[in-house]
Amino acid sequence: MNTYATQVLGKAGYSFVAGLLMMLGSGLLAAQSDDTFSEYRDMFGDDNPAIFVIEEGADFWLQANGPRQVSLEACDLGLGPGVVAGAYASLPRYFADTGTVMDLEARLLHCMTELQGRSRPQLLSSSYSGSGGQGTEMEALVTYIAEQSQGVALAVSQKYPQELQAYHLGEEIFFRRAGPYDFSCATCHRQDGKRIRLQELPNITAPAGAGFAYSGWPAYRISQGLVRTMGWRMQNCVRQQRLPQLQPGSPASVALQVYMGVNAGGVAMAAPGLKR
Amino acid sequence: MAGKIRIRALMKGDVAEVKALIRHPMETGRRKDEQGNSIPAHFITEVEATVGDRTLMTARWGAAVSQNPFLGFRVRGVQPGDELIVRYVDNKGETGQGTAIIK
Repeated sequence: MNTYATQVLGKAGYSFVAGLLMMLGSGLLAAQSDDTFSEYRDMFGDDNPAIFVIEEGADFWLQANGPRQVSLEACDLGLGPGVVAGAYASLPRYFADTGTVMDLEARLLHCMTELQGRSRPQLLSSSYSGSGGQGTEMEALVTYIAEQSQGVALAVSQKYPQELQAYHLGEEIFFRRAGPYDFSCATCHRQDGKRIRLQELPNITAPAGAGFAYSGWPAYRISQGLVRTMGWRMQNCVRQQRLPQLQPGSPASVALQVYMGVNAGGVAMAAPGLKR
Repeated sequence: MAGKIRIRALMKGDVAEVKALIRHPMETGRRKDEQGNSIPAHFITEVEATVGDRTLMTARWGAAVSQNPFLGFRVRGVQPGDELIVRYVDNKGETGQGTAIIK
């Protein structure tokens, strides 16, 4: 055999690691709840499968698509048409051409409909992979674009009144208890040092927690075999609250991201992340 | 994106580190869809990595491997510039392939 190490990260590998974590868990958790997961992450080394999703996204960015058969290269993500580097770190932001505050997903939907002439309802229904999915165009594009902001300090603007408004709306949603469980985002994300199972729950009202939460998405979710976006994270948190489905790029989704992004100001982007 | 394999192969000293992402649903045959119907089994059964006519590794996979499998291995005796090919065959007889130049 020339090959001396083969390694397949699959269901078997996952449950093996999970078993190991359980063994390590009890001792380490008491001291520092993130240690066990750091160890898990170390086992992956630099093996973040998202590196390939970045490539897929770069291909989608350049690929002619839709009835008009144009690429997204003329799409303005806030730093001028076609400028991708650093764009993610200052999103969501106010866009004068639409008069609204948009996150990356809202902006991409805008470019796909306005530039490429594609159908919005269709794009909205295919934004995120379902269970067992293969990854979507939106997920790949977000991964590619976010990676181009790696190391860039988060600077979500509060210059325009619409941006201030979005922050206040986001804050209101964050603290608003609703649904059958009478749950708000704050129920889980307002205190330091809390966790659910082995997952640390970042305190999003504080700069460190918001920074940790914001800078690590989009992220490759090991348990799902997919890259998930911040928009998906918002949708899934709202699902866990048993509230009506949050649409990608909707004002509520954008407002929550503005609230987090502003609280996270100055923290360096580290996406695509690697999560359980 | 099914059938496509993305590969990265980098020399580190005399060892090439190979990583590959295979887009595949890897259905076990035991999952059900929203209507409650069984989703037919669809998973990779064999994976092979080659350089020229030399086989670097073969693996027999089954339903226990996750969707979109991420494969990593290290190999000696290859050179920068070599073309590395990864192929798979699944239980439906469908195949997928990807190539990369070792850097």
